[in-house]
Amino acid sequence: MTSKQKFLYFIYLHRTGLSVTGLSLALLLFPLIEDNPYTLGLTNLIAINALVVLGLNLFIGYAGQISLGHAAFFGMGAYGSAIATVTLGMPPWLAMVIVAILVALVALLIAVPILRLSGHYLAMATLGLNFVMYTVLLQWDEVTGGPSGFSGIPYLSIGDVQFDDEFRLHYLLWSFVMVSLMLCLNLVRSGVGRGLSAVAGDEVAAQALGVNTRNAKIKVFILSAVLASLAGSLFAHCYSFVSPDSFGIFTSTDMVIMVVVGGMGSIWGSLFGAALITLLPEWVDMFETYKDFVHGGILVLVLMFLPQGLVTGLIDTIKIKLALRRRKNVAS
Amino acid sequence: MLRLENVSKNFGGLPALSEVTFTVPKGQLTALIGPNGAGKSTLINCMTGVIEPSSGQIFFQQQQIASLPAYKISRLGISRTFQNLKIFPRLTVLENILTGLTSEGGDSMLMAMLRLPYLRHRERSLKLRALEALDRFGLADKANWPAEVLAYGDKKRVELARATVGKPQLILLDEPVAGLNAEETATVAEQLRLLRSAGHTMLLVEHDMDLVMEIADQVVVLDSGKCIATGTPDEVRCNPLVLEAYLGRMGATA
Repeated sequence: MTSKQKFLYFIYLHRTGLSVTGLSLALLLFPLIEDNPYTLGLTNLIAINALVVLGLNLFIGYAGQISLGHAAFFGMGAYGSAIATVTLGMPPWLAMVIVAILVALVALLIAVPILRLSGHYLAMATLGLNFVMYTVLLQWDEVTGGPSGFSGIPYLSIGDVQFDDEFRLHYLLWSFVMVSLMLCLNLVRSGVGRGLSAVAGDEVAAQALGVNTRNAKIKVFILSAVLASLAGSLFAHCYSFVSPDSFGIFTSTDMVIMVVVGGMGSIWGSLFGAALITLLPEWVDMFETYKDFVHGGILVLVLMFLPQGLVTGLIDTIKIKLALRRRKNVAS
Repeated sequence: MLRLENVSKNFGGLPALSEVTFTVPKGQLTALIGPNGAGKSTLINCMTGVIEPSSGQIFFQQQQIASLPAYKISRLGISRTFQNLKIFPRLTVLENILTGLTSEGGDSMLMAMLRLPYLRHRERSLKLRALEALDRFGLADKANWPAEVLAYGDKKRVELARATVGKPQLILLDEPVAGLNAEETATVAEQLRLLRSAGHTMLLVEHDMDLVMEIADQVVVLDSGKCIATGTPDEVRCNPLVLEAYLGRMGATA
């Protein structure tokens, strides 16, 4: 091998680690270049969405299931943290962990019965879960504050550093995203991850390969619920105000659209999808009014032409084209 | 190695299998044949835990497996291929083979997420084994192709490689040459012979009589859910019951 080939091979071998390092560096430097609080506020929102989408992509993209109710777990995290810190007076970090554990338990209780379903039935069941959660948030005034929301949630802090402006929140939120990103990337490159792709491909085949499909689906569901709960807690502490409208079914569908646009079964695509869908309304004014129409339209178009999602779909198409060309070369 | 005792399966009131009894001896290639609708696929599904037999026992190395879930049976060392290919089209060929080593890649989701050094080493050795299997089946140059672009014969070989890469105790092959041309069939037959000489125990479900008669050590004949004959290929060929049920018709037309 020449030194150039060696260098390229090194990059190929460590592509995941290098990409993570590169992105981390870019994120570290970003607030130094861009100090407009409005822009940072947007990227922070991307971070929160990305956290939910990462987990949801494991469940939808890798394990091949569907959930239209992840805003419920997002909401449980947010309201859980709000109630624990304000009403019960717990320290925020402790509250975040306890809430995440409770949400994991709730997810387990929900997963055992509803993951017997699949396809449309699973979509309906998770949608129902979201409706129930939304109604509870709206109606249980004494605890949740009802339609007017819940305010006065304290900021997070480490030592003397309080995360109360966009600049500091940027580092906090993106640290969470990068750690989750690495954990997810590790997961999908392991035997467990391959087991999940097998479940998405064909459950009978997955079982024949030794995958406990039922447990695998439940575990991923819980993992995605915990990530959504953490994102919710961060959301609550970030804006110090939560209201039921942030956790309705349209939030859930937006999350699914982010997964689909980014690409099913693509961890990097999750980041792209979260960023694109969060930023779209900023770029085009008419989105503000017709947001749901446009999101629906995007969903339909992507599913029609690239059913695997924008990023994954394009990459797959390119890979297949290349392979077919190579096949032809071999044949001739 | 594998022993079936009076295995029956009814779908509604319809008996698909009745009192099937035979053994698959270690280190041999047993062929399971029978006309269409004889219950061969049902039997394979019973053995692998996809469906549960209505009655009867299946022993694998002295252990009763008749009511175990499919993934546990697979982990005991029984692997299978499928009649209508079940490879994962979006994964690469190499990743498809690696799914055959899923149970050796570790179970814990937490450990997988942390990717500690021990897991990294294990991943590397699994990858080497998968590449080795690809080499054995002549697919090494296509390791990074998405599996869906492969030709049909190559896909069949991917499935065969996936079923054998984990060094299973017993391999169940459900029509491995269905839909292949003569040349490809010969290649698969050669590979089965190699597996056989490497000491693998196999149960082959096949319609291709030439292949069965050529490579099987023992032939089991099913007809209408009943086991009507067991023996060497030559014995079965001369068995009047078999001739009547199956080969007889072939003899008349040939």
